[in-house]
Amino acid sequence: MEFFLISMLNGISYGLLLFMLSAGLTIIFSMMGVLNFAHASFYMIGAYFAYQISTYIGFWPALVIAPLLVGAVGMAVERYGLRTVHKYGHVAELLFTFGLAYLIEETVHLVWGRSSVEYRVPPSLDGSLFTLYTTTYPIYRVFMMAVSVSMLIGIYLTLTRSRIGLVIQAALTHPQTVETLGHDVPRVFMLVFGGGSALAGLAGVIGGNAFVTEPGMAAAVGPIVFVIVVVGGMGSLAGAFIASLLIGVLQTFSVALDYSFVDLFARLGIAIGPDAPLAALWDLTISQAAPVLPYLLMVLMLIFRPKGIMGTREG
Amino acid sequence: MFKLRPTHAALFLVSALFAGSAYAETLKIAYIDPLSGFFANVGEIGLKQFQFVADDINKRNLTGGPKLEMVAFDGKGSPQESLIMLKKVIDSGIRIITQGNSSAVAGALIDAVNKHNERNPDKTILYLNYAAVDPDFTNSKCSFWHFRFDANSDMKMEALTTYMAKDPKIKNVYLINQNYSFGQAVSRAAKADLARKRPDIKIVGDDLHPIGAVKDFAPYVAKIKASNADVVITGNWGNDMSLLVKAAKDAGLNTPFYTYYGGLPGAVTPIGEAGEGKVKQITEWHMNVTPNKTEKFANAFNKKYGGPPAYISFYFLRGNIEMYMLAEAIKQAKSTDPKAIALKLEGMKYAGDEGEVEMRASDHQLIQPLYISTLAKAFHNPKDPTTAKFTGKDKEVKYDQENTGLGFKTDARIEAYVTAQPTSCQMKRP
Repeated sequence: MEFFLISMLNGISYGLLLFMLSAGLTIIFSMMGVLNFAHASFYMIGAYFAYQISTYIGFWPALVIAPLLVGAVGMAVERYGLRTVHKYGHVAELLFTFGLAYLIEETVHLVWGRSSVEYRVPPSLDGSLFTLYTTTYPIYRVFMMAVSVSMLIGIYLTLTRSRIGLVIQAALTHPQTVETLGHDVPRVFMLVFGGGSALAGLAGVIGGNAFVTEPGMAAAVGPIVFVIVVVGGMGSLAGAFIASLLIGVLQTFSVALDYSFVDLFARLGIAIGPDAPLAALWDLTISQAAPVLPYLLMVLMLIFRPKGIMGTREG
Repeated sequence: MFKLRPTHAALFLVSALFAGSAYAETLKIAYIDPLSGFFANVGEIGLKQFQFVADDINKRNLTGGPKLEMVAFDGKGSPQESLIMLKKVIDSGIRIITQGNSSAVAGALIDAVNKHNERNPDKTILYLNYAAVDPDFTNSKCSFWHFRFDANSDMKMEALTTYMAKDPKIKNVYLINQNYSFGQAVSRAAKADLARKRPDIKIVGDDLHPIGAVKDFAPYVAKIKASNADVVITGNWGNDMSLLVKAAKDAGLNTPFYTYYGGLPGAVTPIGEAGEGKVKQITEWHMNVTPNKTEKFANAFNKKYGGPPAYISFYFLRGNIEMYMLAEAIKQAKSTDPKAIALKLEGMKYAGDEGEVEMRASDHQLIQPLYISTLAKAFHNPKDPTTAKFTGKDKEVKYDQENTGLGFKTDARIEAYVTAQPTSCQMKRP
């Protein structure tokens, strides 16, 4: 029971971090149709900005300033890069963001070096919040969950209740009409891209010190973010939320499952020895395969339900 | 068509002299290790140490001639990248390489060096391995061109399990390792050794996780907790080690960790106070061994290169041993030719800071004493203001790690001859 509860909490908190990462990507995709390959790079610079700011004025100001800075970078990218590329179609946009990811990584190398930086959890959040049976649960994980959930509520309210949110939604389906009504649609797109980047930046501020802030962190999370967006349904925020939690919990629990095909066949009364053909494959336990499971899920999803969990577009 | 004139002859003579001269002014040594990415912090420490010891060798002219110069190549911790770097090394005419981080990389390098040397007997490469400890490299895959200066993983496990077997309280053991040749070797050796020495001990978990890819170890820690393990054995290194102990601390896991690399710079900070009495390591040296002949050298290094970041501090004594033995071999051979050096290194005995070490000729495995040590509170000396933050009472723990107030205290010293194990190596000499 203890194991189940703790793993559930771990899975949910990991899933919520994944959601923070993928929310921006899915919003940008649904609003602008741009598949942003550089999204994870914004996550990385969020972490680095937060590290830099926190060395001067502490973690709390960094929590606010770093995402804003990342958002500003995102807006600049949209205004001076993407907007120009936009007229050449989606392939050009895709290639642009692909190149941008490399550019950001190299810039990080130049500015902060190739090794990891010492970006740590602030002392006020370091420690345990409560004890469940015998396992202590760290404050920081709860903090991560709180930030993520408030972000979800924030995005939802902005998109459905605020004026700018209504304009954004209208600009999606009827850009011409919105333009005729006197709204600056390119500016709306710039705000959306900046906002999406800022969300990734926020995830970086939180994830950077929970794990490791190093130049490879963008490449490490890049693929999984795409898996979430595909599994959740391209462009669906709710879908991304469900998919993040699903993958977070799936990965956490699969680590604990030490079953392999050998065990399965043993139950059926068939023994597979180490000399059997493909023995290494049969002997592979679920826990060893855990890192691959999200990708397996994505492939299966694309085969059986191409539009994803909550996607509206037919694949 | 071509008349031989005296000037030509002189030119030929001079160029022939240079080409044949194996005793160059400066001898470059290529350092191939991760200098970017997840494991870059480990590679960075190694590079600085090698540069520091090379400076020392040059100052004291231990080679009896050529100056040593380290040239860094970023292998990124990946076998493919490291092979590309090896190609660059070969193209730039460097004939000696040193590498340590990841046995996956080392395995690829050994194969590539063997092939290259077979095809280019006049341009051979010498490979000095300071940390890749997959036992195969000095057994089934042993090579004349490869020399290992670190005790291999089986030797370390033998020592660790002998120590553990004496503790009757240990009933359940959990293994967690990186899923590649080295991690698998640790897991295999732990199971075999414990079954032999303490058949009553149960292995309650045997995890192999992908190397350098797990950011969140909380699920593994929950699993360790649920298994009721008395002891965890891990060969994890770099960020795989620090993230693991960090997750263990966060979850309040009280189980002692028997590690290979618990003292590798960067690993002590995340666990902090919670690691006291719990994190054990097996190494050839640590900062609080007594007597500590390396103390002066280590302090000089830390003064020049030591943090910030706090994790940069002297760690690899074996790196020094490697370089001093290399210098000695060059001096004895009066040559910088890899084959001449290799022939001198084979069977060489060297008086190291921790006693005599021997590069065993049969498999090129260095036989050296080892230490098992545990994290303890560093000694608070009222007369020494630098120890103001320390709270410990044990004089032996003179230095702390990474400004944590915790340092290593020796549990046991294992003499060199005890660590030696038989080898299945059938060395092919050129």
